[in-house]
Amino acid sequence: MLMIIITAMSLPFLSKKPLDLPPIISVELIQITDQTNIPFAPKAKKIIEKVKKKEKEKLVSEQAPPKAIKKEKPDAVPLPDQENEKNKEVKDKKQNPEKIDNEVKQVSEFEKEELFDTNNIAALIDKAKEKKADVINKTDKVTQDRDKNLDIVGLSLSEEDALKAQIFGCWSIPLGLPYDEKLLVKIKLKLKPDGTVIRTEILNHERMNKPGQGFYKVLAESALRAIQLCQPLRVPTTGYERWKDLQLNFDAREMLEG
Amino acid sequence: MLFRFLLIFLILIPFKSHSLIEVDITRGNLSPLPVAVSPLSTDSKSRDIFEKILKKKDIGFEISKIVENNLRQSGLFNPLNKDAFLQKPNIAHLKPRFEDWALIKAQALITGKVIAVDGKLRVEFRLWDILAGKEMMALTFTTVPTNWRRVGHIITDKVYKRLTGEKGYFDTRIIYVAEEGPKIKRIKKLAIMDQDGFNNKYLTLGNELVLTPRFSPTNQMVTYLSYFRNLPRVYLLDIETGIQEVVGDFPGMTFAPRFSPDGKKIIMSFAKDGNSDIYTMDLENRIVEKITNHPSIDTSPSYSPDGKFICFNSDRSGYQQIYVMKSDGSKVKRISFGRGLYGTPVWSPRGDLIAFTKLHKGKFYIGVMRADGTGERLLTENFYQEAPSWSPNGRVLIFYRETKTNSKGEGFSAKLWSIDLTGYNERLVETKTDASDPSWSSLLSN
Repeated sequence: MLMIIITAMSLPFLSKKPLDLPPIISVELIQITDQTNIPFAPKAKKIIEKVKKKEKEKLVSEQAPPKAIKKEKPDAVPLPDQENEKNKEVKDKKQNPEKIDNEVKQVSEFEKEELFDTNNIAALIDKAKEKKADVINKTDKVTQDRDKNLDIVGLSLSEEDALKAQIFGCWSIPLGLPYDEKLLVKIKLKLKPDGTVIRTEILNHERMNKPGQGFYKVLAESALRAIQLCQPLRVPTTGYERWKDLQLNFDAREMLEG
Repeated sequence: MLFRFLLIFLILIPFKSHSLIEVDITRGNLSPLPVAVSPLSTDSKSRDIFEKILKKKDIGFEISKIVENNLRQSGLFNPLNKDAFLQKPNIAHLKPRFEDWALIKAQALITGKVIAVDGKLRVEFRLWDILAGKEMMALTFTTVPTNWRRVGHIITDKVYKRLTGEKGYFDTRIIYVAEEGPKIKRIKKLAIMDQDGFNNKYLTLGNELVLTPRFSPTNQMVTYLSYFRNLPRVYLLDIETGIQEVVGDFPGMTFAPRFSPDGKKIIMSFAKDGNSDIYTMDLENRIVEKITNHPSIDTSPSYSPDGKFICFNSDRSGYQQIYVMKSDGSKVKRISFGRGLYGTPVWSPRGDLIAFTKLHKGKFYIGVMRADGTGERLLTENFYQEAPSWSPNGRVLIFYRETKTNSKGEGFSAKLWSIDLTGYNERLVETKTDASDPSWSSLLSN
């Protein structure tokens, strides 16, 4: 009998003491607001106002007209004779014609072909310069053509790589996103020539506030943060017209799949 | 004629394309997001009230420390050093000066205040996007002052969800087996604690051996294995009332219990005459159902979150491997084909992955694979480790790891560890004693 009682007492559910666990107390959650209208701290407000004022002043100074340059009076316009004289002086300084003229004058017509004619060499050099200049002009034209082509094709590989590398570093991917969902955020940017962002526009903005699109919102916000953090963007130094409007497609699937 | 010329002229005009340049951003950095957690401001009156009740000098600072610690542990956030903050907490709960926070490289900011209202603790907190210069979230909580630690966890959950897109896992508990004494004479008790190791409580006295406790996904019930007269049996424990009972009247050994996703059933193994099969028991009507019927050892069953499938391990192929079947036991399919032995499969609450323990060449691995067996990834390797359990959001795994003993049998220890799906954020979970067999609860508040 005693054995039975001892055995029964050793059963876990009988020998168990009442649990000393704090009960789970409910916590009342109240959403205050999505957007707040709470004010800045008084001191902060003053500082912000000061900063804004300074910024305004800066803007004013930037927009101020350039210093007035004294215009030459019509009287100061040189007369044709005076102009010729000036030109002569310039020519004299540049080509030092006195010596050359003297040498030319001293050589007879027979001797001309045989003699070492420095003037002719100079002329040859000048021609070479002209040819070179032509080539440069031609290549310049080719570059412009290329530029036109790029207008259609997009950024060059190196330009695109530079931009991508910069944004890769700024974009903290929200790791909580599911990798199997089609999450692609397209953001259209309006850029300044120095790469700072004037305006951002999420192309599927309506998804941001749709119920059940929490992941899209998180991804879009992270993309916007990356753009803010990265600016000024590493854009090409030329061809502003080409890239002043740019679209960035943020796609985290590759990273999330691991 | 004029029309023809006009047509030819229009055709010959070259169309200039103004297509928008598109750049695909497919990579980013995985470094933790810099977050500033400003201490929650408290007025002097409230501070005095809370100091009397909680014996904490600055409850706002203490709550912010919990939030900071949680965010750091997650591995996804980098809480910035408070010494670098330019704005003081007493004004930071107003609209922050974003320039000051951007200066210290913060991308998000948490501010707030704590006040005493009718003896209750009221917390108002706000999450700010520093770079966009806007508020992302504003919430207020009211609760009893003794609940202050949970308030910190709930704030973290809300912030985590807002910034990562998935539910948090901070306002949760972990049940585990607390171990004490030498290896050959181990005392094992059921214990429960908050996920950050605080509020540790023992649920059993240590008279009986306890193993494999598992939380119910829907309420504060726990199922576990305990030995009675050297016979292992599955028990059910209500941790709020302390009432416990044996699950089913099986004429043999029952083990490896786990709840169904709706918490209405328990799935477990029942062994008799050297054969082990999987059974379920309905907790309402106590009806027992046999799920597998195979002359091999089928064990460690785990439901998919939708309850339609079950994964388990079986040696029916000659070696222990992972299988998936429909919840009625039909369409059994092997999913693990790698080298080594696979065991303790656990379906992720997200449904996308199955975590497992793998033994290969004398080493133990914790890994994950997709539900169809593809994409196997081994997250961590060690001398001995097993029993992974998912955090409620399916982002982190908790498991236990044992250390080697020396030739005299000394130096043995068992500790809880956590690792996230990236495999980089591996952390020791502090417990008062040695610990094994952890199981993560669902979120206490939603």
